[in-house]
Amino acid sequence: MKRSYNIDVDCANCANKMEVAAKKTEGVKDAVVNFMTLKMKVEFEDGADVETVMKNVLANCKKVESDCEIFF
Amino acid sequence: MNKKQKKMLLRIIISAVLMVILHFVKAEGWLKLALYMIPYLIIGYDVLLKAFKGIRNGQPFDECLLMTIATIGAIVLGITGSGDYVEAVAVMLFYQVGEWFQSYAVGKSRKNISELMDIRPDYANIQNEDGTLEKVDPYDVEIGDIIVIQPGEKVPLDGTVEEGTTSVNTSALTGESVPRTLRPGDRILSGFINMTGVIKVRTEKEFDESTASKILDLVENASSRKSRSENFISRFARIYTPAVVIAAVLLATLPLLYELLIAKTSPDLGKWAYRALNFLVVSCPCALVISIPLSFFAGLGGASKSGILIKGSNYLEQLAGTETVVFDKTGTLTKGVFEVTAVHPDIIDGEELLHMAAHVERYSLHPIAVSLKKAYPNEHDDCEVSYAEEITGQGMKAIVNGKEIYVGNSGLMDSIGVEWHPCHHQGTIIHVSMDGVYAGHIVISDVIKENAGEALESLKKSGVRKTVMLTGDNRNVAEAVSRELKIDEFHSDLLPEDKVMRMEEILEGKEKGIVAFVGDGINDAPVLSRADIGIAMGAMGSDAAIEAADVVLMDDDPRKISKAIRISKKCLRIVYENIWFAIGVKILCLILGALGLANMWMAIFADVGVMVIAVLNAIRALFVRDL
Repeated sequence: MKRSYNIDVDCANCANKMEVAAKKTEGVKDAVVNFMTLKMKVEFEDGADVETVMKNVLANCKKVESDCEIFF
Repeated sequence: MNKKQKKMLLRIIISAVLMVILHFVKAEGWLKLALYMIPYLIIGYDVLLKAFKGIRNGQPFDECLLMTIATIGAIVLGITGSGDYVEAVAVMLFYQVGEWFQSYAVGKSRKNISELMDIRPDYANIQNEDGTLEKVDPYDVEIGDIIVIQPGEKVPLDGTVEEGTTSVNTSALTGESVPRTLRPGDRILSGFINMTGVIKVRTEKEFDESTASKILDLVENASSRKSRSENFISRFARIYTPAVVIAAVLLATLPLLYELLIAKTSPDLGKWAYRALNFLVVSCPCALVISIPLSFFAGLGGASKSGILIKGSNYLEQLAGTETVVFDKTGTLTKGVFEVTAVHPDIIDGEELLHMAAHVERYSLHPIAVSLKKAYPNEHDDCEVSYAEEITGQGMKAIVNGKEIYVGNSGLMDSIGVEWHPCHHQGTIIHVSMDGVYAGHIVISDVIKENAGEALESLKKSGVRKTVMLTGDNRNVAEAVSRELKIDEFHSDLLPEDKVMRMEEILEGKEKGIVAFVGDGINDAPVLSRADIGIAMGAMGSDAAIEAADVVLMDDDPRKISKAIRISKKCLRIVYENIWFAIGVKILCLILGALGLANMWMAIFADVGVMVIAVLNAIRALFVRDL
């Protein structure tokens, strides 16, 4: 399952870091962060609970870039 | 400017002014340090804070942390030796100027590009029973509803004009600036802008499935399909920062150890520490990381403004390397509609020959009949047509005004024993006989698009080495078209599955370069998806083509193919300029810094200056109109 989320982040490298962090999150099959459109596309593992996974994604992203936001 | 940017700008101005004032203040020792700390903290408090968070979260290569180490290091060097704090504050100040500029420039181009594609309709008008108009959310309009579109409004949903005549601006979808006139019965697509008249439209698609929504979706998702250069840069950025930091640590320690242990001289601690701090200042990969996706984003935006929708940065990147272009003939190089191209009468005049032929075909729906009737539009006159009869595979016969007329191919003429003669023209030859006498023939063929020749010429100029044409038509027609358009190679008499096979042969046989296939999306979807790059043209409203292709040309102008290649080349040139320029300046600065030939000001330029230049350069990719 794929979902697209709006994000807020200031620099392109931070967006890349978010992408790496999101990809490492459990329950995430793949993630692409698009800095230009400020969107994060997340492909979830089968059976993953979207809400919980996204909470973890946000937490992981905050670790690498404290000044970021994901709207879900 | 958003709130964040305004606040940042204010901080930048305040600390810059303070720095100028401090330049004239004569203070020494701790007082001087304290005074310089004011602008330092104003401009850098958030960086320091984020650096602290970075440490806590175990992110040693966080830019903020590196900036903090660089500036605090410079301050410490100031305290212990030079007494100069300007550099430390300047590093922080310019770092923030760079961040601000980046945020402003990106925000600006984000806005510009979304304005380019500002085709999302906000509402649809539904007429109530009492005749008043009600604005509703286009999501709420169902298929088959009638909507009213007033002059100046965006067309919200795809449909058919039911009532009214108007001209519409199609430029958002086609890049074509000449308005198009629509009458009842014509298809209308969301994304057009109604210009002159009030029209009523019966909707045929839901909002999500309408053209405007689909295109916006496609454009928005395009920059998520990342190009090789973008992936290279993000990998590079991940290695670059740690590598520079490690180099900085080595630079700070190795020479010291050498001087202490081997040369046995007293080491100059400050000198090497200063050089190491320079390294940290250039350790941020921002210039690269921002300018590459920005170039692609701008390139994609510029292309869509010209009616060329590219489905991903990766395709935009590949297009530049196109060396072979394979065309499907019908609908791509030719108009795909049959037209009467020549009338060769023998015993009557040409007009009369067409007149008779059109009458015979009065009741037929065969494509040839349709084109004959189109060539003689006043077919429904008072001539008497009777006994119309179709002779399968050969043609038609009918009695027109008492004369027995046969219209058909050479086989028909043979079977009724009329002597016919061949034609030197290419195409389908329709012979006509009247009362057993040969009256002449009419040539019907698919016509080459006016701008096809120019399109092929400009492809060659854009670096395409080889052009190939695939067609289901017979050899004669294929040869004539390819000779006229100077196409290098053609394959005729192909069934749809043969086209895929030919494409595979071409893909296998190529030495290098990208093979692009151009089709109109009608029954060539498998070839479109098989090619390195599938280009669908004139695909407005054709879902299958938009689905299968990598590049969608909104109108059917074949010149857009070479334009797409040129846009791609320009974009890629900018990308490479930025990569070489940014990496080059940074490495040069690192070398000079290690040798002690660069000071911190130079490092600031290598960091911020390079980024500003790279971003400005990237925005150039947006300007593609004159390509």
